[in-house]
Amino acid sequence: MSINPFSLEGKTVLATGASSGIGRETAIRASQMGATVVAVGQNPDRLGETFSALEGTDRAHRQVVCDQTNSEDFERLISELPQLDGVVLCAGRVVTSPFPFCTREKYDSVFEINFFSTVELLRLLYKKKKIASGGSVVLISAISGIARFPIGNAIYGASKAALTSTMKFCAKEFAKKKIRVNAITPGMVRTPMIKLDALTEEQLQKDCAQCPLERYGEPTDIANGVIYLLSDAAVWVTGTTLVIDGGLSI
Amino acid sequence: MTIDQFVENFADLFDNGGEINAQTPFKELSEWNSLMALSVIAMVDEEYDVSIKGIDVQNAVTVEDLFNAVKGKL
Repeated sequence: MSINPFSLEGKTVLATGASSGIGRETAIRASQMGATVVAVGQNPDRLGETFSALEGTDRAHRQVVCDQTNSEDFERLISELPQLDGVVLCAGRVVTSPFPFCTREKYDSVFEINFFSTVELLRLLYKKKKIASGGSVVLISAISGIARFPIGNAIYGASKAALTSTMKFCAKEFAKKKIRVNAITPGMVRTPMIKLDALTEEQLQKDCAQCPLERYGEPTDIANGVIYLLSDAAVWVTGTTLVIDGGLSI
Repeated sequence: MTIDQFVENFADLFDNGGEINAQTPFKELSEWNSLMALSVIAMVDEEYDVSIKGIDVQNAVTVEDLFNAVKGKL
């Protein structure tokens, strides 16, 4: 008899940020592993592309266009949701700014997506009992702000450090209901988000060369880690941070 | 937007920016580094509401080259 501890068959998984990058790849990979997927994203066209790429069309996959900064969108999203076995919070944005230019406005714009709206969604899902007992929550954080501190990254790094801290508090509180909460801290992953106009291709290549495994990550590299944390293979894992960075933080 | 004002904003980023003028090849300055490059981009965004890219800074030799790059995006 062959067993697959990483299977997501019979599980319903919500992924935010599913319009692109890690969120999109996570939604697709979860469907390939047998999950029924709720794909949440801001951009209707790109979210539609993710939705069309989901496997298992006989399952009740759904897509929900949601601007995480709009409270009406949020309430509609929560009210439409089925009971979830997995929640993957990927929505995020980045601003590159040396510290003297890190204004309150810039902090607010990044924290709104990376921290406040992400944490608010998690709060509502938990409070309204949308996460099933035995469920798994995965927060996509970053090594920046936790293990690496690249120049110009103070705002993004602080938002992700705050998110990782919150993960641990939730892991402790949610354990009563056997709900696990973990984070993944990716290194530099080839997604639309890292096309930082402030950096030249040459600088990006130089940065890449610092990575022991000598390449940038692909969204799949992170999505596979998410699958592990969502699956029963990780049933005794909570409050941890899984570093997937090609060795960059060593 | 004037060149004089731009040079002043640019020079303000440096501790010893007193000698900087429009013709200064700024990457030869001892204070120049990758953080300065990011600071120039942030200053242009803050002062002129213009997004220049890392490649624009890389391609510029003098402060006036940068001024022209910003002016072209106004």
